[in-house]
Amino acid sequence: MSGVRVLVGTRKGAFVLTSDGKREQWDISGPHFGGWEVYHAKGSPADPDRLYASQSSGWSGQVIQRSDDGGKTWNAMGNEFSYDGTPGTHQWYDGTPHPWEFERVWHLEPSLDDLDTVYAGVEDAGLFRTTDGGKSWHELPGLRGHGSGKYWQPGAGGMCLHTIILDPVESNRMFTAISAAGAFRSDDAGETWRPVNRGLQSEGIPDPDAEVGHCVHRIAMHPSRPEVLFMQKHWDVMRSDNAGETWHEISGNLPTDFGFPIDVHAHEPDTIYVVPITSDALHYPPDGKLRVYRSRTGGDDWEPLTKGLPQEHCYVNVFRDAMSVDSLDSCGIYFGTTGGQVYVSNDAGDSWEAAASNLPAVLSVEVQTLS
Amino acid sequence: MIRVVLPSHLRVLAHIDGEVQLSIDGAVTQRSVLDALEVRYPVLQGTIRDHSTKLRRPFIRFFACEEDLSHEQPDLPLPERVASGAEPYLIVGAMAGG
Repeated sequence: MSGVRVLVGTRKGAFVLTSDGKREQWDISGPHFGGWEVYHAKGSPADPDRLYASQSSGWSGQVIQRSDDGGKTWNAMGNEFSYDGTPGTHQWYDGTPHPWEFERVWHLEPSLDDLDTVYAGVEDAGLFRTTDGGKSWHELPGLRGHGSGKYWQPGAGGMCLHTIILDPVESNRMFTAISAAGAFRSDDAGETWRPVNRGLQSEGIPDPDAEVGHCVHRIAMHPSRPEVLFMQKHWDVMRSDNAGETWHEISGNLPTDFGFPIDVHAHEPDTIYVVPITSDALHYPPDGKLRVYRSRTGGDDWEPLTKGLPQEHCYVNVFRDAMSVDSLDSCGIYFGTTGGQVYVSNDAGDSWEAAASNLPAVLSVEVQTLS
Repeated sequence: MIRVVLPSHLRVLAHIDGEVQLSIDGAVTQRSVLDALEVRYPVLQGTIRDHSTKLRRPFIRFFACEEDLSHEQPDLPLPERVASGAEPYLIVGAMAGG
């Protein structure tokens, strides 16, 4: 019987939510790694019982956890993330050079076909890879070393590599996104990289053709059409139809185009979802109404989805890695909030219910569709 | 035997129940105790000291015999009462919010 497993990372541990294909009743296990921040947890497409989680704390740094049984038990793996060679410097907030310093793993992206290979996006921004199931991690230095790295600056949340997308068709193609440097593409399995930010316009960057410096919040791709990318930028929702070569704005009739997550319906490549947030200063929904916006036209025309979501006095945020979709026939949409709710729609966003209501602030949500 | 007390979050991480007891060959220093601790529990590598520099993480402190040893040189001998096992060597998570 089909079902789903939802991996929820929070400020104080990880939770695993499971349900059958109806997605109405939920079993919740956790907290796993209680008291630690879990920025992200994700399962391997090659084996759904192989899970990886990024566990960290200000006291004791980074731990990588791995489960081989779908989250019932976990084992700590290697946690040494050393930048390749002499790390050099990036720009600090005041424009001065600042040494590259590892802070934490923001995002783990397991390989599409090898359960022991995982990519890790870290703060300060860099890309690492393990090929031994998490025992050891090695940087792919071409990203930081391609030339613009010394000009990258942190955003308010730190200089994090938060998005890693593996192209399911062009197997050597990868995308990453960094706040606040922008989007990058590799066509040789991560060895070399180039910025792909043409068309992005960012307040605070005087040069309209700036190669880097854009605060990309999230990029999403539908696996059937990997040349089409959707982006939630600091401000602006953007789209590329040529694998990032150029971008154009699709914010359309959104009430605000500031936000963090963006995702694509599992079966409709032109149906996309965002959660508008009031502004960069006001990290909560406009008018105290939590609304997911859906476009069925690949952008520009958006409709609010409100059924089951709080429509008054709601002042939560939804972080960039805290939205996910399942691939059941009626596509499920999931997102978590800084208020500790995990909302689920089992009808592609038409209606919502809280699968969990009182968790710690949610940092990430990933869904696995189980057969 | 050297007695080491870890903060609760590291005891959970390393599956440690209560104090750790370590046998140290040679001088009993902060470095030798932490080296032995990380050999016994590899999962603690990087959680107390930096992997490469071996410097104390900023929000970890080292106490013993009612003294804060966090800023002492790592190769200085620990107090005799720690070396004899009369007093534990305390690894403490600093009070730092969260």
